[in-house]
Amino acid sequence: MKPFTYVRAADPVEAAREAAGHPGARFIAGGTNLLDLMKVQVETPGHLIDINKLGLDKIEKTSDGGLRIGALVRNTDLAADKRVRRDYGVLTRALVSGASGQLRNKATTAGNLLQRTRCAYFYDISKPCNKRKPGSGCAAIGGFSRSLAILGTSDACIATHPSDMAVAMRLLDATIETVNPDGASRAIPIADFHKLPGSTPHIETALAPGELITGVVLPRPLGGKHIYRKVRDRASYAFALISVAAVIGPDGQRFAFGGVAAKPWRVEAAEKLKGMEAIAASVTLGAATTEQNAFKLTLLKRTLGAVLVEAKA
Amino acid sequence: MEIEGISDEGSDGMTRRSVLAAGAMTATLSATPSLEAKPLPKSDAPQLTKVDLNVNGKRQTLSLDPRTTLLDTLREHLHLTGTKKGCDHGQCGACTVIVEGRRINSCLTLAVMHDGDAVTTIEGLGTPEDLHPMQKAFVVHDGYQCGYCTPGQICSAVAVLEEIKAGVPSHASEDLLDIAYSDDEVRERMSGNICRCAAYPNIVAAIRDVAGESKA
Repeated sequence: MKPFTYVRAADPVEAAREAAGHPGARFIAGGTNLLDLMKVQVETPGHLIDINKLGLDKIEKTSDGGLRIGALVRNTDLAADKRVRRDYGVLTRALVSGASGQLRNKATTAGNLLQRTRCAYFYDISKPCNKRKPGSGCAAIGGFSRSLAILGTSDACIATHPSDMAVAMRLLDATIETVNPDGASRAIPIADFHKLPGSTPHIETALAPGELITGVVLPRPLGGKHIYRKVRDRASYAFALISVAAVIGPDGQRFAFGGVAAKPWRVEAAEKLKGMEAIAASVTLGAATTEQNAFKLTLLKRTLGAVLVEAKA
Repeated sequence: MEIEGISDEGSDGMTRRSVLAAGAMTATLSATPSLEAKPLPKSDAPQLTKVDLNVNGKRQTLSLDPRTTLLDTLREHLHLTGTKKGCDHGQCGACTVIVEGRRINSCLTLAVMHDGDAVTTIEGLGTPEDLHPMQKAFVVHDGYQCGYCTPGQICSAVAVLEEIKAGVPSHASEDLLDIAYSDDEVRERMSGNICRCAAYPNIVAAIRDVAGESKA
C-alpha cells in the first residue's frame, strides 16, 4: 500500500470539504473494495477520510411512505431490516446474493453503489486499462471478456458494474442524496447516477469532486411479487454473469438487469411488452458482444424466462 | 515495506523511530567511512495514529502506521497468531474475527478504523483447557485437516449461529420473514470461508451439533 495520511471526519460537510481540499483523497467506510484495490495499487489515495463516525446509519420512514437509508447502513442491516424484507423483498434478495457474510457486515449502502468493476485488466496494473489509466487502451476487448458487458459499451471499455444491490435499487427507482463541500445537498435519480463509459470510462458516476453520498431514498413500496435471480459460476459468493431483478404484480411489471453493463440496466419500454422473447429483444437492443460473452444474450433471455415462470407460481 | 512498530510511549520514552535515529548516530560515529549511514529523510516517516482496541477483553493502546490492517495488528503487533493470513484480499475467510459482535475479514479493514472497538479472536473464544463449544465440536467432528482455515471457520461459525438467531436472512432463506436453522443455511452463510482440504461436511456437522440440531 502507498502511504497516505488519515483523518476521521465528524460531520458530512466537513468530510466533503476535507476531500475537496485534498485532490486524490478517498472516503473510507467499509473499505472492503477500496483497501483491496489499494493493496494492488490500483487505488493510491494520498489521503483517507474515515467517515464511519458520521452517523448516517439509520433507516427511517419518509413522509410519503418510502424509506431513507443512511449511506453507512451496512449491507447486512439493510437486508435484515423488517420493513425492507417485507416491502422491498427484491432489495433484500439482491443484497444477500452478493459477497459473503463477512463482507456484508462491513460493506455500506453508499460503498456498494460506488463499487469498482471486477474486470481482471482493471486490477492488473501491468495491462492497459482506460478506466484505471485514461488513454492507455483496453486489454479486455480482445482479451478475457467472458464476464464483461454486452450493453452500453464503447471502444474504450467493456467493464460491468458488479453490484447486485444497485440493480434492485434501479428497479425501485431509488434516489441518491449527497452533500457538497459548500454544504449544498442534491438528489440524483439512480438512473442518472452511474455513467456509461463512452470515451471517459474513468468517470463512473455523477458525483462531483468532494461530493459525499449521505443516503438513498426508496419511494413507497411496489406491490406484487419481488424476485431477484442471479446466475453465476458458483452457487454462492460470486459476481453475476447475469442477474434479473423483477417486481411483477397487478399494476404492471418492472425488470432491471445486472452483469450486462457499466450500470444497472433497465429499459422501461420493454416493460410494456409480453413474454420472454419480446422483452429480452427489447432489453438487449443494440447489444455488442465479444466471442466470449455472446452467451450472455441467451442467458439473459432464459434467466428472464425463469423469472416470468417464478412470478406465475 | 517496513511498517513502523509499536511506539511504547510512556514506558521508557523511546519510540522505535528514536531508537533508529540513535542507531544511525552510533553508526556514523563508529563505522568506516564507506559504511556511513544517513538518517532517514523526514518525508519518508510514516504518520502514526493512536488506536485503542479491546482485544479479547484486554485493552490495547497502539500507535500504528494507518496502513496497518486489523489482521496485521493482531498478528504482528499483538502476537495473536491464531488469526491467519490466507489470501489477504477478503476471499478466503482465514482472517475472520468478531468485531463488535460481527464477523468481518480482518485483512480488509484498517486497525485505525476500529478505535474503541471490541475484537474477539480465536484466542478469546476459548483456551486449550476450556474450549468454546464450537471449538470442541470441530474437534469431535474432525472439522479440519491442515487446520489453517480453522480459526476463521470457527469465528465465522459462532457468528453464523448468532445471525440465524437474530433473523438475518441469507440467499438460502426461502421465507425472508421466517429465518430458521438448516444445513443449507449454514452452507450458504459459510461460503466466505474456504477450506482447501475440503472438510466441509464435517464443518457443517460441527455447526449443526452446536446449534442443537440433528441431521436432516
